[in-house]
Amino acid sequence: MISQLTKGERQLALVISIAVAFLGLAMAGGGFGNPLGFHGFIVLLFALGVTFLILSGYFAPEPSPERLKRYYDDPIKVGVILSLIWGVIGMFMGVWVAALLAWPEMTFDAAWASFGRLRPVHTTGVIFGFGGNALIATSFHVMQRTSRARMPDQFSPWFVLLGYNLFCLLAVSGYFIGVTQSKEYAEPEWYADIWLVVVWVTYLVLYMRTLARRQEPHIYVANWYYLAFILVVAMLHIVNNLAIPISLTAAKSYSAFSGVQDAMTQWWYGHNAVAFFLTAGFLGMMYYYLPKRAERPIFSYRLSIVSFWGITFLYMWAGSHHLHYTALPHWVQTLGMTFSVMLLVPSWASAANALLTLNGAWHKVRDDATLRFMMVAAVFYGISTFEGSFLAIRPVNSLSHYTDWTVGHVHAGALGWVALITFGAIYTLAPILWKRQRMYSPALVEVHFWLALAGTLVYVFAMWNSGIIQGLMWRTYNESGTLAYSFVESVEAMHPYYIARTAGGLLFLAGIVVGFYNILMTIRRAPSLEASAAKQDEPVTSGAAPSPVSAGE
Amino acid sequence: MEIDHGTLVAFAKSFGLFYLMVFFAVVLVYACWPSNRDRFDRAKKSILNDEDGPCR
Repeated sequence: MISQLTKGERQLALVISIAVAFLGLAMAGGGFGNPLGFHGFIVLLFALGVTFLILSGYFAPEPSPERLKRYYDDPIKVGVILSLIWGVIGMFMGVWVAALLAWPEMTFDAAWASFGRLRPVHTTGVIFGFGGNALIATSFHVMQRTSRARMPDQFSPWFVLLGYNLFCLLAVSGYFIGVTQSKEYAEPEWYADIWLVVVWVTYLVLYMRTLARRQEPHIYVANWYYLAFILVVAMLHIVNNLAIPISLTAAKSYSAFSGVQDAMTQWWYGHNAVAFFLTAGFLGMMYYYLPKRAERPIFSYRLSIVSFWGITFLYMWAGSHHLHYTALPHWVQTLGMTFSVMLLVPSWASAANALLTLNGAWHKVRDDATLRFMMVAAVFYGISTFEGSFLAIRPVNSLSHYTDWTVGHVHAGALGWVALITFGAIYTLAPILWKRQRMYSPALVEVHFWLALAGTLVYVFAMWNSGIIQGLMWRTYNESGTLAYSFVESVEAMHPYYIARTAGGLLFLAGIVVGFYNILMTIRRAPSLEASAAKQDEPVTSGAAPSPVSAGE
Repeated sequence: MEIDHGTLVAFAKSFGLFYLMVFFAVVLVYACWPSNRDRFDRAKKSILNDEDGPCR
């Protein structure tokens, strides 16, 4: 991989990683005895690891100029693998915290293994580790293909990918030792936040530079979604993380906001993280990989444009529905509620656009688990956006808020939509990236599909039941006008659902492990495209799935 | 001028309404503009066969 970099790029990479190593050393020295010092050592080790990697290939001959005629795929391959590794870790942590709710004794007698520290490891692991790496990897693929242009240089994609993973590593390792700014989905402290800004700006610039080199007159709509994801996440991240550290040698900082303003800023961030990280980016994925796999153009390109602007402009205002019945002014709650309901229109437009694209290709959905992953993802996108609009209505929220219904809703979106579309995209992408005729085992893709779908359904149904029972128990009064149930009674009533939820999560985790194995075996064993070119007449004898690679690839 | 609840509501009900309506109209016009049809058609079909480039 290093041998593909030019001499100049190797030097630049070396300079940057040594500079980061020094930064780590300064953090380790200055923050000695503080969690910041521990993170300094992690940065130092990470940067030294990268430095040695570069040195190991430093004296390889210059790459041939022939490479410039092809797309640059090395960082995409690494990104896909990193995404799956994070996915396995993050989902394992999810199963663990789910089990902890059913059996609270399933922990070690230590601070790091408490629920409050493990839970952000799960959320960061799956959202930023699994989801983020998948978004970065697929965006590198989509932006090059739709522009028919190679990335402008070979250094910045590596900086973005490795820098982003360093951020994830700092975030997750920090939770175990108690580093958090106590903002949901924005837990990492100031130094990690500043690092992410540097990485993210590089990402944005790389994307724009690639688009600037494009040979297509029009920028395909998937790129709009990816760009909205990059641009808006930068804005959200910077504003919500405005904070003053207590000292440059300490991890702790204080937010620039306080009170209800802090809550509003946090949920403006939090809900738009759902909108632009977990929706816009993955819609970009859907608008590229679903038509590609179905071998049919998107049903309505015009509709995709209208729903793009609908989503970007309506989502921005929806965040305050997280703060119904709080100190937030009533009209701001109403504003959030109204925009959340309107949001259903562009959301369903996207879901319908995806499903209508499959008209005439339903036989492929039946035969090909990869396409089915994406079809079911579009269905779950439709279901969970409907549920989201519904839950944002204030009186509904009075029943659902603080209950497991919210958790079920989030997982209908995160498992059913985000993870399934990602698996569909990765299974489409892997044979293309590694130049294989097909996945190693289409049967294992099928196994993964059913494990993932079963896991999602078990999880979501368990949480619907649990959430509604919980909500009702909390608001039931007896004849004397006092609450009929104590809180502990509602916790006891949840026990069977928590066990079911753990089982659902376990199925989903088993699915991604099977998928990871299949990807690794595809890289090692699946018949390559060159082999197929030699004996072209032979039909592909894969049982369930047709060859994902169409003529001309 | 003091920015209070009434000011914000007035702003949201006047500017907010028209800003979103006009924006929506502009997007619809762009999406349905007849001369854009060819570019959109080309874009949506061109992704189906982009693995070989041309690439620069």
